[in-house]
Amino acid sequence: MSFTLIGKHEKDSRANRDGYVSAMQEMMAENDKLVHIDCDLMGCINTGKLQKEFPNQTFNAGIAEQNAMGVAAGMAATGLTVFAHSFGCFAARRMFDQAFLSAGYSELPVHVIGSDPGVCAAFNGATHMPFEDCALYMTIPNAVVIDSCDYVQTYSLTKQLAKSANPSYMRLIRKGFTTVYADGSEFEIGKGVTLRDGTDVTIIASGILVDEALKAEEQLAAKGISARVIDMHTWKPLDEELVLKAAKETGAIVTAENHQVSCGLGSAVANVLTQKCLVPQERIGIQNRFGQVGPQDFLMEQYNLTAADIVAAAEKAIARKA
Amino acid sequence: MDKQQKMQQLREFAAEIRLETLKVIGSRGFGHVGGSMSMADAMAVLYGEVMNIDPKNPRWEDRDWFVLSKGHGGPVMYATLGLKGYYPMENAYTLNQPGTDFPSHTDRNKTIGVDLTTGSLGQGMSEAVGAALGNKVQGKTSHVFVAVGDGECDEGQIWEAAQFAAHYKLGNLICLVDDNKRQLDGTVEDVMSHGKGIGAKFDAFGWNVINVEDGNDVEQIYDAIQAAYAVTDQPTALILNTKKGKGATFAEPSGAHSSQPTQEQWDEAIAASEAALAEIRGK
Repeated sequence: MSFTLIGKHEKDSRANRDGYVSAMQEMMAENDKLVHIDCDLMGCINTGKLQKEFPNQTFNAGIAEQNAMGVAAGMAATGLTVFAHSFGCFAARRMFDQAFLSAGYSELPVHVIGSDPGVCAAFNGATHMPFEDCALYMTIPNAVVIDSCDYVQTYSLTKQLAKSANPSYMRLIRKGFTTVYADGSEFEIGKGVTLRDGTDVTIIASGILVDEALKAEEQLAAKGISARVIDMHTWKPLDEELVLKAAKETGAIVTAENHQVSCGLGSAVANVLTQKCLVPQERIGIQNRFGQVGPQDFLMEQYNLTAADIVAAAEKAIARKA
Repeated sequence: MDKQQKMQQLREFAAEIRLETLKVIGSRGFGHVGGSMSMADAMAVLYGEVMNIDPKNPRWEDRDWFVLSKGHGGPVMYATLGLKGYYPMENAYTLNQPGTDFPSHTDRNKTIGVDLTTGSLGQGMSEAVGAALGNKVQGKTSHVFVAVGDGECDEGQIWEAAQFAAHYKLGNLICLVDDNKRQLDGTVEDVMSHGKGIGAKFDAFGWNVINVEDGNDVEQIYDAIQAAYAVTDQPTALILNTKKGKGATFAEPSGAHSSQPTQEQWDEAIAASEAALAEIRGK
């Protein structure tokens, strides 16, 4: 792992999906056993590029997600490395029995890409807004679950996943994200990234909440509070060592996720804390609600996913220290 | 060997498969007898003659594949693979015992010779389609055979997979539909009928369809597979008109999905199956 933090809260000139597509393009050129399967959403993540350049490695399964997942597993059984994409809602809920049995239980490493995680589904609204996609995949024994935050991280982790023998699910933000890392940054599956050091509280975030966490750290610093910020891109396997180190050294934790808190990053961190190092934890994320339609910034306010919410949670967690 | 000698051998193999299937399930006293026994003749043709396989090298990369999408037919597969020497036959007698490698539903990570894991109906069909596409894009000339039940064809996934296979012109895929007319809750006609028929559906989905009048006749199955080989730009569905429970004295009359007969009934069925095998061998 080696990274350079930019963290200026600025939009990237590139689309995040191209982090995935660029990584796949480079890998497909070198490896004709790497394939991508899509569910009539190639236009949404630009995989039409792959189909044009690598027609024998890119397949459209149409609007039939269950079959797409089964086909992906069958192809993996013949020795191919298979990525499969749909919107996160369908990539999780619609094809879950297939992901669980045809891929997970069968030990066939299909790598599922779920785009538009959580509030990023914005104008597609409640039906397309998965707050539970990672929860489903986290129940598959040995599966890897990732909530990536920007172009560079998506690019790097796509390359890591292609080498992984475990089935996986990675969320893919298409647009509406902020650049966190500089080009050339590299990440490791299962290893969180400490972006800012701090002593009073630790904010553990992923995906679009990483930039909010960085903003919150600045706001807390202005109040004289020293916050550590960790980008926990991999939810499973969780970097327990980093969580415990943060709990011991800062004594309070805030988790921040674009997902239901009761069955996602917040609960995964809580599982570690309650067993090994009990410290106050506050959870920013979706609190037992369904999605709704609207612009992403409106939704972030609706579901209390902003830097201000993280600041308030951090102060609460610190106040709860014994 | 002329064709008739070959068919005689396959009839004998089918009778052996039936006997072993009954004995394997009988060792536990209960199980999916019906859908195992209806498949015995197709299994004999596949593993006894048409499939290009090597029991000593079960994951040989140029092999023909077989996927039992109707995964509850596990015992007929365990009997077939055991008789072919994939493992000692006695191993299969651990069926459903604690820690066994022979579970109710076929499992690629447990049983030697099982290509893909099935059990959630419909999924094996997509997996087989994926294997056919995967083999095709890697330049293999092998075939993938998949067996689905007529009841299983209730699953929407079967038809998603069917449209995909036709769209990608998977001529290396042959689907055997075990059309035994029964599903768990009763007859297919009563529980969930198939409109203009399963064959008509596959035809509408762009498949080459071959109706096999007697799906428990090895020669008719063999001939249908040879006809399927001639079609290379379409997947083929063989609609096997079979009898659920065929050859099991306690199950064939009712066509039951799963059975738990008395020990006497087991003894009677196994004796009848032994007699059937002896009769074929005597010919």
